[in-house]
Amino acid sequence: MNKITRFVITDIVRNKIMIVYALLLAALSWGVFSMEDNVSKGMLTILNLILLNVPLVAVIFSTIYLYNSSEFIELLLSQPVKRSRIWWSLFSGLQLALLLAFVLGAGIPILIFSPDALGITMLLVGVMVNAIFVALAFLGSILTRDKAKGIGMAIMLWLFFALLFDGLVLFLLFQFSDYPIEKVMVVISTLSPIDLSRILVLLQMDVSAMMGYSGAIFREFFGTTSGIGICFTILLLWIAVPFLISLRKFNRKDL
Amino acid sequence: MSRLVVILHCIFVLLMHFNAEAKSLHVGRGQVYSDIKSALAQSAAYDTIFVHSGTYAEGNIEIKKPLTIIGLSYPVIDGKGKYEMVSVRASHVEFNGFILRNSGYASLDDPAAIKLYGSNYSKVINNILEDNFFGIYIQYGKHCLIKNNKILAHGIEEQRIGNGIHCWKSDSLQIIANSISGHRDGIYFEFVTNSVIWRNYSSKNVRYGLHFMFSHQDAYYTNVFSDNGAGVAVMFTKGVMMANNVFEHNWGDAAYGILLKEISDSYIIGNKFRNNTSGIYMEGASRIILEKNTFISNGWAMKVQASCMDNIIEANNFLSNTFDMGTNGTLVLNQFKSNYWDKYEGYDLNGDGFGDVPYHPLSLFSVISENNPSAMLLFRSFIMSLMDRSEKIMPSLTPDNFKDEQPLMHQLNYD
Repeated sequence: MNKITRFVITDIVRNKIMIVYALLLAALSWGVFSMEDNVSKGMLTILNLILLNVPLVAVIFSTIYLYNSSEFIELLLSQPVKRSRIWWSLFSGLQLALLLAFVLGAGIPILIFSPDALGITMLLVGVMVNAIFVALAFLGSILTRDKAKGIGMAIMLWLFFALLFDGLVLFLLFQFSDYPIEKVMVVISTLSPIDLSRILVLLQMDVSAMMGYSGAIFREFFGTTSGIGICFTILLLWIAVPFLISLRKFNRKDL
Repeated sequence: MSRLVVILHCIFVLLMHFNAEAKSLHVGRGQVYSDIKSALAQSAAYDTIFVHSGTYAEGNIEIKKPLTIIGLSYPVIDGKGKYEMVSVRASHVEFNGFILRNSGYASLDDPAAIKLYGSNYSKVINNILEDNFFGIYIQYGKHCLIKNNKILAHGIEEQRIGNGIHCWKSDSLQIIANSISGHRDGIYFEFVTNSVIWRNYSSKNVRYGLHFMFSHQDAYYTNVFSDNGAGVAVMFTKGVMMANNVFEHNWGDAAYGILLKEISDSYIIGNKFRNNTSGIYMEGASRIILEKNTFISNGWAMKVQASCMDNIIEANNFLSNTFDMGTNGTLVLNQFKSNYWDKYEGYDLNGDGFGDVPYHPLSLFSVISENNPSAMLLFRSFIMSLMDRSEKIMPSLTPDNFKDEQPLMHQLNYD
């Protein structure tokens, strides 16, 4: 771990918000599991937590952090350090801090109450969603210098993937309901990391039986080892592509 | 003259002897008969054959006289995977206390461990059946009793395994306290009338726990059907009484607690439906009274298709189901009244125990996904819970007459 990363992590931890966030996640997860008599129901609640709150915190916190560190970044740029190295260090620092908060807060109760394929999938998906929205925040904040615009964009990104995308999918489903679109839907669902994550987790749960015919098609694809492999590759791409674009932009940007 | 009297007297005495003192025949090692077939050959009607412990592999054993055959400490009759072990072709036969295993497999004449051909007043009691194609098979039987049998098989595919208790064209049967698992259908009824199924435990069967077709005026009480491939199916039947049964863990793509297809004039009372994909699936069902049932933790508590009419759904508990109702149309010809719905959010100002605003048990998402199954893609998504919520407050897409006018404020206690 290099010096800049270490500095970013200590800075975030000293900031205490991440500690509060981890405690909040822990309180919610332990609370859910101890209130529900049925673990799978608790997992469904946790799933909602992972798909809504985790990306929201990840994208907004990272965006604001990046804007607030702009002077620090400028200072670093005056030092004999490679540009890409600065960006990488910032990225890994933020990633590690948020990852730590998530794993300590939600990961431990998940693995204690559901130490099986479902729990592990849930944890991995949570880690992925976390990382994807940090990467998206990096992309968003490099696109504009205006802080208000940047934070607005972060919120819009979250709103789009958490809500609007599903509305769009619903609209498409109704427009093309006369056609066999299940297979197309498999492809479309990969366009939203949140949807992809939700389906990945649901297919590990009993409730997948309720998804009927389309569920069966999904299981055919996502249920196999290679399908799960493809899903995680797509999720990894969702981390890599936005970050690499932002890295390219950062390297060429006139600050 | 006197000689004639003597002869008549002799015949009379013989007959008396014949009727009054049925023989007991013993089969087993060190007994008079070493195999069952030779004892059967020597027996007269209404004799009792005791079979001592041991293994008897005698191919097909045919019982053509009214006999009581009792196994002492569970002798084994082995079909070696080739034969139907016991064929009963007489009435008043009692078959009690055997282990029957490894019947033959044939798709044309359906060999069973024990098959009753046109037998009346026969009893099959206290047997253990293991790994047979069909377990107990009754055709053209009347007033038969099947009681306390344990029927176990390890079927994997529907085509390769028969039914546990298979009844065809029979009348007035009693199926009591059997436990059946691993067969195709646990209990199968086709053209069976005036019969009762009571206190059976049917679980882990490949297809249905209980399968009813064209079987009128039957009743099943206090049975447990769990973990069956597709639950229980009652089809093309009228006058069925279903009470106090438990339907649980029938979970899968096409699994139901009960599948009701073309059923009329029946009662479903006091049953418990727990953890089924669909608790009750009704299609073409009419004049059914559904009351005092409890639905817990099902995917859909009930799916009532638009082809159902004049059903009364009253005084049931609906607890923590993902969806309380599902339907495929807007036509509602059924009556919902005074049920307890845990998702009800109304109030009761006058304190009479009934909510003052009607409850709409149909959620928007269940309507959408019924019309457009691929919408299940959005199952458990945020937008769907948001839309469900707004629909509950202001129903616009769901049929507005699909409602319970007087939902109960408190859960009914049926335990």
